[in-house]
Amino acid sequence: MTMHASRYADGSITYPGHPVGPDGSEPVDTVDLSEYTATVVTWTTSTATPPGVRAPNHLAIVEFDVDGTPVRALGQLTTDDVEIGDEVEPVYCEELREPGAGIREPDSQAWDGYRFRPLE
Amino acid sequence: MSEVAIIGASMTKFGQRDAWVRELLSEAGQACLADAGVSPREVEHLYVSNMASGEFEGQTGVPNMLAHDLACLPAYTKRVDQTSSSGGAGIYAAWQSVASGASDMTLLVGGEKMTHRTTGEATDVIASLTHPVEYKHGVTLPSFAGLTARLYLETFDAPRDSLAKVAVKNHENGTRNPHAQFQKEIDIETAMDSPIVADPLRLYDFCPITDGSAALLFCPVERASEYTDNYAVVSGVAGATDTHVVHERPDPTTMGGVVESSEQAYAMSGHGPEDIDVAELHDMFTILEFLQMEGLDFAPKGEAWKEMDNGTTRIDGELPINTSGGLKSKGHPLGASGVAQGYEIYKQLTGEAGDRQVDADVALACNVGGFGNCVTTVVMEAR
Repeated sequence: MTMHASRYADGSITYPGHPVGPDGSEPVDTVDLSEYTATVVTWTTSTATPPGVRAPNHLAIVEFDVDGTPVRALGQLTTDDVEIGDEVEPVYCEELREPGAGIREPDSQAWDGYRFRPLE
Repeated sequence: MSEVAIIGASMTKFGQRDAWVRELLSEAGQACLADAGVSPREVEHLYVSNMASGEFEGQTGVPNMLAHDLACLPAYTKRVDQTSSSGGAGIYAAWQSVASGASDMTLLVGGEKMTHRTTGEATDVIASLTHPVEYKHGVTLPSFAGLTARLYLETFDAPRDSLAKVAVKNHENGTRNPHAQFQKEIDIETAMDSPIVADPLRLYDFCPITDGSAALLFCPVERASEYTDNYAVVSGVAGATDTHVVHERPDPTTMGGVVESSEQAYAMSGHGPEDIDVAELHDMFTILEFLQMEGLDFAPKGEAWKEMDNGTTRIDGELPINTSGGLKSKGHPLGASGVAQGYEIYKQLTGEAGDRQVDADVALACNVGGFGNCVTTVVMEAR
C-alpha cells in the first residue's frame, strides 16, 4: 500500500494528485509519502462525527518535506497526545471509515489509507 | 451594462419548521413579490439557491416547482448550487441576468429544509462536498474549523475567549431579529463551558441546523422607481474559488476566496473597506468571522480578534458585523443563508431593520461555501 502524491513538471508536489498541477503542468512522477515522516501543522478532535466515522475522531494537517519540497496531507491521528510541530509517521489502516454508512456511494472511492502516529 | 436595483426582500422564520422545501420557498417568494408590489407574471427569470434538497428530502426540480407555485410561468428558471454559498452565487447570477439585459425582473429565492435529519446525517450531507481523500478520514466542516482555530489561536496568540465573544455578540444581535432561530442571549462562561465539538471549538462556536428561506427581487435601476422610491443598488459583486482540497492551501488561516472576491467587489463598487457601514459575514463557525474580517481588510492579518475587546463590531460599534445575529444565531439553512445576508443589508440600507437598525449607506455581505472553497462578496448602496 502506498500514499501517492503527484510531482509536476514545475517541481511542485500535491497530495492528492490532480490531472494538472498548481501552475497547469502535467504530472511527471509519483512520490510515496508513506516512506516519509511529517510535521503536525495543526490538529483537532472531532466529537460530532457522521455515520460510519469513529468517535472521537482525531485529525491533523501534516506537512512532509520531500527533498526540500513541502507537501501537505490531512488524515486521522492515532492519538490526541500530540502538539503542533510534533513529528509523525504514516501508519496503514485497512478501513478509515465504514463504507456505505454515510451518503457517499461505497464503490466511488477507496476507504483505506494512512493514519499519523507521533514518533517517540 | 445596466445598474441593478433590489426592490423587494423577504425571509421566513428560520429554525425548526414543519414546512418542507417547496413550502418554504413559496412562502419567501410570495412575500418578496408582495413586498415590492410586483405581479408574478412580471418575473422574467426565477433563480433558486439550494444546496441539497435532493439529498435532504428527495425533492429535485425545485425551480420549476416554485415557478408553478408562484404563477411565474413562463419565466426562465435555474437552480444555483454552490454549497453553503449558493445564496451569494444566486445574488451574482440574478445581478448578471439584469445587468446583461437578459431579464428586467429576476426573483431569487434561497431555501433549505434540514432539521428532519439527525445532526450526523446533516453533517454528512454537507461533508459530501469534500474530496475523497478528505471524506474517507471522516472530515466534517466543523473539524476544518477546529483545525483552523487551533492554528489561528496559537499563531497569533489570540485568547480562546475572543471566539466566545463572537458568539455572545451574535446571539445578542439575534434577540433583535424576529426571524432568527435563537432568541436568547448567552454569556462567555456558557460558551466556554459548552461541550467540545471540534477541539478547541465548542458547541456555541457553531451555527445550528436550520430550515428556512429568503428572497430578493432585482430589476434595472431605471425601472426601480416604478415600484418604490426606497431601494438598494448592487454596486459591486464578485465570486472566487479556492482549492477543493483544504490542506493544499499554503496558509489555512487565509481565506483566498474572500480576498479575491472582495478585491473585485470593492473595485467594481468604487468603495473600499473603510467605506463599509455594516456587514454580514458567514459565521458558520466563530473563527470564520475573524478570517473574513481579515480577508476583507477590516482588520490586519492576525488581529481581528482584538476588535472584540474594543467593541468595533458590536451593533453600536464603528463597524457592526452580523446585525442579523449571523448564521450563528439566525441559523444556517444552506441555500438560504447568502440570500438572507442580502435581505439583512437591504433592510439596513432602506431603513427597515427595526430594532437592529444602524446608520448605513454602504453595506457588504460575504457568503462562503465549503470551508472557504467558494466565496461571493456583495457591496450594496442605498438609493
